[in-house]
Amino acid sequence: MKIQLRFFAALREKLGVSQESIDIPDEIKTIDDLKNYLCKRNTLWSEVLAGNQVIRCALNQVMVDSSTALSDGAEVAFFPPVTGG
Amino acid sequence: MIRIQEADFDLSTEIANLRKGDLQVGAVVSFLGTVRDLNEGSEVHSMTLEHYPGMTEKALEAIVSQAKARWDIRNTLIIHRVGPLKPEDQIVLVAVTSAHRAEAFAACEFMMDYLKTAAPFWKKEETAEGGRWVDARVTDDAAMARWKKT
Repeated sequence: MKIQLRFFAALREKLGVSQESIDIPDEIKTIDDLKNYLCKRNTLWSEVLAGNQVIRCALNQVMVDSSTALSDGAEVAFFPPVTGG
Repeated sequence: MIRIQEADFDLSTEIANLRKGDLQVGAVVSFLGTVRDLNEGSEVHSMTLEHYPGMTEKALEAIVSQAKARWDIRNTLIIHRVGPLKPEDQIVLVAVTSAHRAEAFAACEFMMDYLKTAAPFWKKEETAEGGRWVDARVTDDAAMARWKKT
């Protein structure tokens, strides 16, 4: 399954990546699975995505719970709680 | 109308355009958010607003739809600036027109509370100690939660 990853704000800076296309194994079904999969890359990824900081996520540009199921070609974004206004 | 822009805006011009030609309008409520020079005890020299193009517009459209479903309002305007800003600058404008004031007051406050917790904008402040991403406030979540009870 192909996924377009997006990272914003502090997450983007810490990971040094703003967007990336990846092909993930079939057993990755949800955003939580995807997060765990990305954490296995190295300690930087696990610290940023699974550390103490609260992380929000969006699927196809709509904020969702991390238990949400993925679909082929989806755009998944990870970012800190929003601070606009 | 929803606008995401780097440029500044003029409140009077925007309000005039928002209610122009609508003779049913008897009330206009607007909220203008501006950059403060002090946050969390540090002097803020400048800040940068980052956003998620595409999602930002979707999130703001959802906010407008909810407000329109909930209150009898005529027209809405959200302008949010992005990019570099400095203290005293205007950041955000939320304006609502309606026949009577109660609906416009409520809808404007609702839209602003919703924007604070659901629209993908992030502030990075430049202070004497260096750059830092602004933390989300628990009070903003509490402000949004109030609207769910009623």
